[in-house]
Amino acid sequence: MTTMLSRTVLSALVAVLALVVPATAADTPGVTATEVKIGNTNPYSGPASAYGTIGKVIGAYFKKVNDEGGVNGRKINYITYDDAYSPPKTVEMVRKLVEQDQVAALFQTLGTPTNSAIHKYMNQQKVPHLFVATGATKWNDPKNFPWTMGWQPNYQTEGRIYAQYIMKNFPDAKIGILYQNDDYGKDYRKGLHDGLGEHAKKMIVMEQTYEVTDPTIDSQIVNLKNSGANVFFDVTIPKFAVQAIKKAHDIGWKPAHFLNNVSSSLATVLKPAGLEASKGLITALYMKEITDPQWKNDKGYQDWVAFMKKYYPDGALDDQGNAFGYTVAQAMVQVLKQCGNDLSRENILKQAENLKNAEFPLLLPGIKVNTGPNDHAPIEQEQLAKFDGERWATFGELYDASKK
Amino acid sequence: MSARARASVVAVVLAAALALPFFVSNFRVFQFTQVAVYAIALLGLNMLTGYNGQISLGHGAFYALGAYTTAIMIDHWNVPYPLTIVAAGVLCLVAGFLFGIPALRLEGLYLALATFALALAIPQILKYFEHWTGGSQGIVLSKPDAPWGLKLSADQWLYFFTLAVLVVLFVLARNLLAGRIGRAIVAIRDNPIAAQAMGVNTALYKSLTFGVSAAYTGVAGALSAIVIAFVAPDAFNVFLSITFLTGIVIGGLASISGAIFGALFIQFVPNWAQDISKAAPWAIYGIFLIGFMYVMPFGIAGAIRLVAARAARRGTAARA
Repeated sequence: MTTMLSRTVLSALVAVLALVVPATAADTPGVTATEVKIGNTNPYSGPASAYGTIGKVIGAYFKKVNDEGGVNGRKINYITYDDAYSPPKTVEMVRKLVEQDQVAALFQTLGTPTNSAIHKYMNQQKVPHLFVATGATKWNDPKNFPWTMGWQPNYQTEGRIYAQYIMKNFPDAKIGILYQNDDYGKDYRKGLHDGLGEHAKKMIVMEQTYEVTDPTIDSQIVNLKNSGANVFFDVTIPKFAVQAIKKAHDIGWKPAHFLNNVSSSLATVLKPAGLEASKGLITALYMKEITDPQWKNDKGYQDWVAFMKKYYPDGALDDQGNAFGYTVAQAMVQVLKQCGNDLSRENILKQAENLKNAEFPLLLPGIKVNTGPNDHAPIEQEQLAKFDGERWATFGELYDASKK
Repeated sequence: MSARARASVVAVVLAAALALPFFVSNFRVFQFTQVAVYAIALLGLNMLTGYNGQISLGHGAFYALGAYTTAIMIDHWNVPYPLTIVAAGVLCLVAGFLFGIPALRLEGLYLALATFALALAIPQILKYFEHWTGGSQGIVLSKPDAPWGLKLSADQWLYFFTLAVLVVLFVLARNLLAGRIGRAIVAIRDNPIAAQAMGVNTALYKSLTFGVSAAYTGVAGALSAIVIAFVAPDAFNVFLSITFLTGIVIGGLASISGAIFGALFIQFVPNWAQDISKAAPWAIYGIFLIGFMYVMPFGIAGAIRLVAARAARRGTAARA
């Protein structure tokens, strides 16, 4: 009797184990025959919660992929947690994703300080830490951090693009800079300085800063005007970009105005500042600016709108973050597709390093995504564009940071 | 509860705490280490607010000061981490005492606002001294391994290390608060004029309480820097200070064990709220908060005391 009972128990145990073991097989954590787990953290609350929409639109895109049958027959199980943009919380949530939820890879964790807090950990654990959502330069360091990979062009690159253009077209430039007093602003500033090289000392006549908590930047604009600058390098987030464009226009300051990509939205910056006042602004783009009317009949744009309406109806159609998340999610799906049936962490990393001339519908035409074992900076191309009062008109050739 | 019963409860809890890291995953051990860190910070704030009646909305600033003291000492001078914790405690003791002197002129809500300003200012101050603090990029540290060849994971070792600090600080706090000084601190809260008439030097005691309170919170901050292995200004925003205040009220004001209950609450309830609803986690958290305050107006520690007292009464009634 007892032997029979123990035998039943034993066989039940074996049955349970058979169910459990493949799910937690040591070599491919987060992968079963039917799904692959992808982890993420985003600031759904706290000071940076405006970015949280990126985490949401990624989830919506994965849902669309799953509805259409998944990737190679597997559904994407996307687990995303709120870290409120607080590094200790990011550490906790990422440890939960890696150690408890056992995700196959971490994807698009958002923020520079938050990713800094988990940088070492991810590489010690040897978990892919892919396409992080930050413009800092340090993510492209495959020698020391082989498991971490960036996504967007970094701010320093963009600063160098403007520098090159200024040196070529404004040999007598007197440059005034306004930048946000943090790593984001300083990265742009450094890019410009590096790009100008020895000309920096001569050309830059004034540098002004502001704190993200400041109410206005009016006095900085007045100071810049009085410095006699004829080129304005404007490194501000949307709220302050609106003020800068308006104020410069109001006080009759008409420099060549270089506005950073961060604030290139028609809906949130140029329209509130006034389209007339915005005429002549120059920026560098790598994505289609979704509120720009020139893309209205573009297939990529229309597909995105259809997707938004069906899978993320709460998401704003004038928020570039929703186009950004959609595009980077497409890149992740591409990586998973390339993995075929081998979703080990090693292979996920290998395939992320194996994007060759990949194009995505919401990137500017001609922009190609390339990665390699020694190249952890997927997007390195940008194109200058001038605002003509109605739309961003791209001009000149694509700038490619990897070739300079 | 009799002293004997209380001692046995403490012994059981301590034994459970010692056994815990051998039964749960490293991730859970890490979470409980954070609970211990928070408990120390909450005990510090509770001394000031719960026992002494001074409201602080700025203890996140002392937490940050402690964290950065440790991070800078390790990063710039390679000081062994246990020493940096002592340094952080001493520095925060002095800073707290000095802040306590002008704060003497401020009562109740006015003090709350002054300390709130401290919490608001600290992230910007940290960014300003970029050479030392690494600016908004912060400072990355390495997690220490277990010393003396102990067969513990880094998480387990840090848990025991933090637990040891917690036990020492809790015993010290208990001795301080149970004695003459503690009675003076509480008397100032209950009736400052009467306390002064009884010969209590209210100015000195209030500043000292502020200093000791800041020292506890600073030690907690120092431990957090080591446990997280990273410090950045974004970790020490105003919300942290509010979280501490939430913790001591939920845990139980003027209660030593309340610090532990409060720490468990602020560590785990936001996560549960997120598990329940991804769309509105803070609304769920708010419901939890209101629910707790409605059911346990004296905090978790107060509720337990009430239940224990009722049980004891019933026990004596049954025997009679």
